[in-house]
Amino acid sequence: MSRQLLTGNGAAAWGARLANVEYIPAFPITPQTEIIETISEWIDNNEMTGRMVTLESEHSMVTAAGAASATGVRVFTATSSQGLLYAIEMIYNVAGWRTPFVMVNVSRGLSAPITLEPDHNDVLATRDSGFLQIHCATCQEVLDSVLIAYRLAENEQIRLPVIVNQDGFYLSFTREPVKIPDARLAAEFVGKYDPQNMAFRASSPSSQAVAVLGAGPYSYFRYETHLASLQALSIYDDISQEFKERFGRFHPIVETYRTDDAEYAFVMIGCFATKAMDAVDRLRDSGVKIGLVRPRILRPFPENQMQSALAGRKGVAVIDQNLSMGKGGVLHTEIASSLYGKHDAPPILASFIGGLGGRDISAEEFYEIASILQHGVKHNKTPKPRLLYTEGELRAMRKLQAIAHVERYELNSKK
Amino acid sequence: MIEKPIKRYKELPSAHLLGTGTPMCSGCGGLEVLHEIYDILGAKTVFTNAAGCMTLLAVYPFTPFRGSWLYTAMASAPAGAQGIRDALDILLEKKCIPPEEDLQVVTLTGDGSAYGMGLSATSGAIDRNLDFIYLCYDNEGYGNTGQQYSSATPHAAITSTSRTSHGYPGYKKDLFSIWVAHRPAYVATIIGADPLDLAQKIESLQSLRGPRLLLSLAPCPTGWDFDPKLTVEIGRLAVQTGIWPLKEYKDGKIRHTKIPQHRKPVEEYLKLQGRFRHLFEPVRAEKEFAMIQKRIDHYWDKVIGKD
Repeated sequence: MSRQLLTGNGAAAWGARLANVEYIPAFPITPQTEIIETISEWIDNNEMTGRMVTLESEHSMVTAAGAASATGVRVFTATSSQGLLYAIEMIYNVAGWRTPFVMVNVSRGLSAPITLEPDHNDVLATRDSGFLQIHCATCQEVLDSVLIAYRLAENEQIRLPVIVNQDGFYLSFTREPVKIPDARLAAEFVGKYDPQNMAFRASSPSSQAVAVLGAGPYSYFRYETHLASLQALSIYDDISQEFKERFGRFHPIVETYRTDDAEYAFVMIGCFATKAMDAVDRLRDSGVKIGLVRPRILRPFPENQMQSALAGRKGVAVIDQNLSMGKGGVLHTEIASSLYGKHDAPPILASFIGGLGGRDISAEEFYEIASILQHGVKHNKTPKPRLLYTEGELRAMRKLQAIAHVERYELNSKK
Repeated sequence: MIEKPIKRYKELPSAHLLGTGTPMCSGCGGLEVLHEIYDILGAKTVFTNAAGCMTLLAVYPFTPFRGSWLYTAMASAPAGAQGIRDALDILLEKKCIPPEEDLQVVTLTGDGSAYGMGLSATSGAIDRNLDFIYLCYDNEGYGNTGQQYSSATPHAAITSTSRTSHGYPGYKKDLFSIWVAHRPAYVATIIGADPLDLAQKIESLQSLRGPRLLLSLAPCPTGWDFDPKLTVEIGRLAVQTGIWPLKEYKDGKIRHTKIPQHRKPVEEYLKLQGRFRHLFEPVRAEKEFAMIQKRIDHYWDKVIGKD
């Protein structure tokens, strides 16, 4: 084991290298590109085996990833944002093919308007595809999760592709100390890829991904994928336990922070959750019994784990770094559906939207969220969903609009 | 695989490797050509298929193929071929599989994918010098959805999205030239109605590596509106009238494999197809005939002048 300062992208590349991936179909997109550049350099310098091929689009990249996985090699790929959405037809397809490869998504807000900075609408667009989803908050988690993801994907009871998600810029380009496992130990942990019954060979011809006629077979295969996904939670527990025994780091399905006696809780995913941890510490200092609940796995959705993590709390604030237009926060909706009708479910489940396009969530905003939550609990009334936006931001926006108006006026007056 | 060169019709394989009972329309010119090609390429193949008529060849749990098959999507069948080829190469290189387990990767799509949605993936695969065969069954429209016009639809053809008396206003895209511009290993036009020419072209491409296109005109009884028994006849007329030139590109040169000495008037090809009936009745569209004929004549003048 060695300890290095690595970006999230560097950590993702190390994960792929240590998993001994054999094939890397690639396509560049900010803020993911550093992953494939790193892997490419290693391959060129004979520091890593494996074949990397740059496709002409992410749609083709995911097609090639699935096809190669179905032929019997271990596959890694990575993308972000528009690329993920460009590939989404194939993301659904390859999950249906039950091809067990790993894809790192470096979250970035979606167009329009176009931006480079992160939020989670991109990865959540793949929510219903059949890919399992692991959401990371640190660079170390990115590396470790890639290794764990191969075990999960290739498990004979699961056989589904996995997305390991990290936030663009905040993780992808931020250096943190990362423990890099010894290559031999990592290889032992991940094991060899067993393609099982999926392999195109001259002696054993097979037809894959064929059409079905009628709803009976269609529903059957769709249900099978769903049921396989659901099995991932208990299997994950075993894998993460083994990971802890081998490497000393434990990555639970749902991470909790200072929740033991908490009356209130923040719920967040991704690296902005580390900001919430800091806010929890400060709120605790001022006497508010609050903690943080961070689901690391979103697909399959950890219903029981979330229920028990939130049971008995007086109030919960779900802070979504995404926005389902016309509805609100995706995570809030999912948590509400898992808590509904459950004994001991928190009576107040408030929704906050923040961090879109990398927008910061300040400590003051966390305090305000806690205060709104406490107020709601006191009056037994769920606060209205809030879209976080400060007066300062609005003022800056008005300035931009003023410039736009002036420029438009100038152009029109010259006509 | 062919052991010795095929010179006569009698020497064509008659293995009938492709199974029967598929849901293709009777008289399907695409299925005709696939039968002929499969007999020669054999079962040591894996087909990557794009959305189109032939997607319905393999319907769970049945397949007419003795070899392998992977359905991908309309835009990315060549990328599926890339993934399989690369994976097989990796496994061969690592000696995880013996050479006899290797497969020829074949992409199978209609014109909607080959001329349109899949063209970017095709261009990328050629750039990467992917070792694969691409078979396009060109029935000149989105056949599987009821023959809407595609960029392979010929001028004046009635389709379900060009129903006026003028038919399709555009002109058929020249996919052969688009492939040739990429300088791939091999490009050929073929037709099921000339199985000898087809077999000789497959022999040619089997000795090569890299991207290789077989572009087959696929007479389509339902889409073109003709009696299924006329599929072969219409295929022959397509060659005899010169509207479908049989040619190949190899070693940087284009060669016409069949030059019709006395080209029949294109009317003979058009009049058998309902999609061109509006050119014949209620009044003969002389201007249209002349224009279509002129384009064909112009093409062959250049070929013969150059040859």
